[in-house]
Amino acid sequence: MIQENLPAIFRDFNPLENKMLSLIDNDGEVVNPKYMPSLNDAIVIEAYKQMLYERIADEMAVSYQRQGRMYTYTPNLGQEAIHIAAGMHIREQDWLVPAFREMGTLLAKGVTMKEMFLFYLGNERGGSFQNANHTLPIAISIGTQLHHATGIGYSVKYRKKDEAVFTFIGDGGTSEGDFSEALNFAGVWQVPVVFTIQNNQYAISVPVRSQTKSINLAVKSVAFGIPGIKVDGNDFFAMYLAYQTAAAHALAGNGPVLIEAFTYRLGAHTTSDDPSKYRKKEEENEWGLTDPLLRLKRYMEKKGIFTIDEKKLTEEYKKEITGQFLDAEKNKAYPYDDVFDHMYTDMPDELKRQKAEYEEFLNWKENRR
Amino acid sequence: MSVMTMVKAINNALDIKLKEDSTVVIYGEDVGVEGGVFRVTEGLQKKYGVERVFDSPLAESGIVGTALGMAVSGLRPIVELQFEGFTFPAFNQIASNVSRIQNRSRGKFNVPMVIRFPYGGGINALEHHSDSPEALFAHIPGLKVVIPSTPYDAKGLMIAAIESNDPVIFMEPKRIYRAIKQEVPSEKYSLPLGKAKVIQEGSDVTVVAFGALIRECQKAIAMGEEAGISVELIDLRTIYPIDRETIRKSVRKTGRIVVVAEAHESFSVGSELIAIANEEAFLYLEAPPRRVMGFDTIVPLAQGEHYFIIHPDRIFYEIEKTFKF
Repeated sequence: MIQENLPAIFRDFNPLENKMLSLIDNDGEVVNPKYMPSLNDAIVIEAYKQMLYERIADEMAVSYQRQGRMYTYTPNLGQEAIHIAAGMHIREQDWLVPAFREMGTLLAKGVTMKEMFLFYLGNERGGSFQNANHTLPIAISIGTQLHHATGIGYSVKYRKKDEAVFTFIGDGGTSEGDFSEALNFAGVWQVPVVFTIQNNQYAISVPVRSQTKSINLAVKSVAFGIPGIKVDGNDFFAMYLAYQTAAAHALAGNGPVLIEAFTYRLGAHTTSDDPSKYRKKEEENEWGLTDPLLRLKRYMEKKGIFTIDEKKLTEEYKKEITGQFLDAEKNKAYPYDDVFDHMYTDMPDELKRQKAEYEEFLNWKENRR
Repeated sequence: MSVMTMVKAINNALDIKLKEDSTVVIYGEDVGVEGGVFRVTEGLQKKYGVERVFDSPLAESGIVGTALGMAVSGLRPIVELQFEGFTFPAFNQIASNVSRIQNRSRGKFNVPMVIRFPYGGGINALEHHSDSPEALFAHIPGLKVVIPSTPYDAKGLMIAAIESNDPVIFMEPKRIYRAIKQEVPSEKYSLPLGKAKVIQEGSDVTVVAFGALIRECQKAIAMGEEAGISVELIDLRTIYPIDRETIRKSVRKTGRIVVVAEAHESFSVGSELIAIANEEAFLYLEAPPRRVMGFDTIVPLAQGEHYFIIHPDRIFYEIEKTFKF
């Protein structure tokens, strides 16, 4: 049953009819003026800057990994519009329950590139996001995080807090039982959670058509009685409108929302993966035309608001990000206390014993030199 | 003081915590209206409302995963999984997240939650209703695993489990849910997690057990007394963290150890206890450490279960063999 107070976009872009919310085309032309959000120029410029920052940081991370200065990394290339549009709607008090490919959203929450680098250098201190309020660590175990988001939603509702929960999953993750369970729980409990499926067409090498027979992924919301919408994930304005609508819906106490952000992973799944094994160059090139940064830039140029000196800004960002990487590299050391000290709030005797025995060994090793 | 079964004692502990701490919520399958299939949560929804004690959709991963979300955002959820055999759908959440979020977040998030479920055989049940999977949980770093053997202990340990800022797996020996009645104080008290209890002192053989098997051991020990064997009985009470100190003291005194538990013998809590006996009392041992445990088989259905279930005579047989070695 469709909710009476359902915002219009959920009716007009009914996933059962396989419609997709898209507002600007690849040339930056507005194709759906009725729904175009009226954003002031400063917000649009800021969005472009943030997308550019994420892209540069992401490319640099891949490069550091290639240089052997960082371990496995999960690139974000091509999905920046989703991350930045979401980030613009997550307030300080809202919760972010990430998967592992929404770097721009993490940055919006206050995570620094130093932390991101530290995490991919293999140090939990980076991935724990100490200074980002209400932000859970990166979830590697596919799909499990959606339950955490739903539980936080229950907690927020129970404690009557003005907080929304944003969580992410990939297209492959929708095949996990936890995906269906979490949407079901969230629907029954009517909790303020905005679920995003980043449908970037591949789960490592497996295409969406091998994950599901559904006509799209947003349609999965229908069975759980929650509103769902398929959105052009490479269209900043469409994503902005989707998050604006979804957050308002959730915060008004109307329950959860499912957004399918239809996008494409221009890079590899992780730096250990070679996409040429499972997809064609022509396909990548075709999707390249929908690049969210190019589209937004063309829109801005047409409107005469592309006042950014991109070359200069790129240099600035690179310098700043390099500084953060060097800082992370310098501080990646891992005292062995860190292995033991965070397992429990009060360390069990067995663990104390193991730690003490290891210390004895270290002392022996030290004195042997 | 009032006379309580273990069901009543746990219910009483939950009642006390619901009353004094508004962040405590309880949910699971059938725990609300019905009060759970064993009635452990009976009457609590009526008393505290559907926001705090409620029936969830039938999905164990969802129950545990959402509880983790609640635990990191200011609540103290207590979730019931209906039987030990249905913990496996939740195993991914437990092993991949519940036990790890605190370490993963470098202590930014604590996980104050209790996952409670009935376990163990002896009730002529269908498949998946008679298992003893404590070793599976005790093997996962980041969890505490608790098993009471009496109504008194169940209440005190449950209070401690709820107040713990680390996640606790609370396994309830269903065979003695109602079999033992005991005077239990009505007021709040807690028992420390990680501490075993010497139930009976003795000088010849140390017997270590927990849960429903304590009662069976006591019957075997009575047989031992007739045969002139003095047995020291230790109730582990907490599986992890295991109480190494109590085991060490006892085995150094008696020189003999027999572990009694219903779980499959290989790679079990029994294996761990014997490792501890060897590590801590090797030169004191006068007989090989011995496990009296379930076979490495599926627990048989009712007609064959008596072969699997550990009865007092089998425990006595093993105690005597160890004593006479």
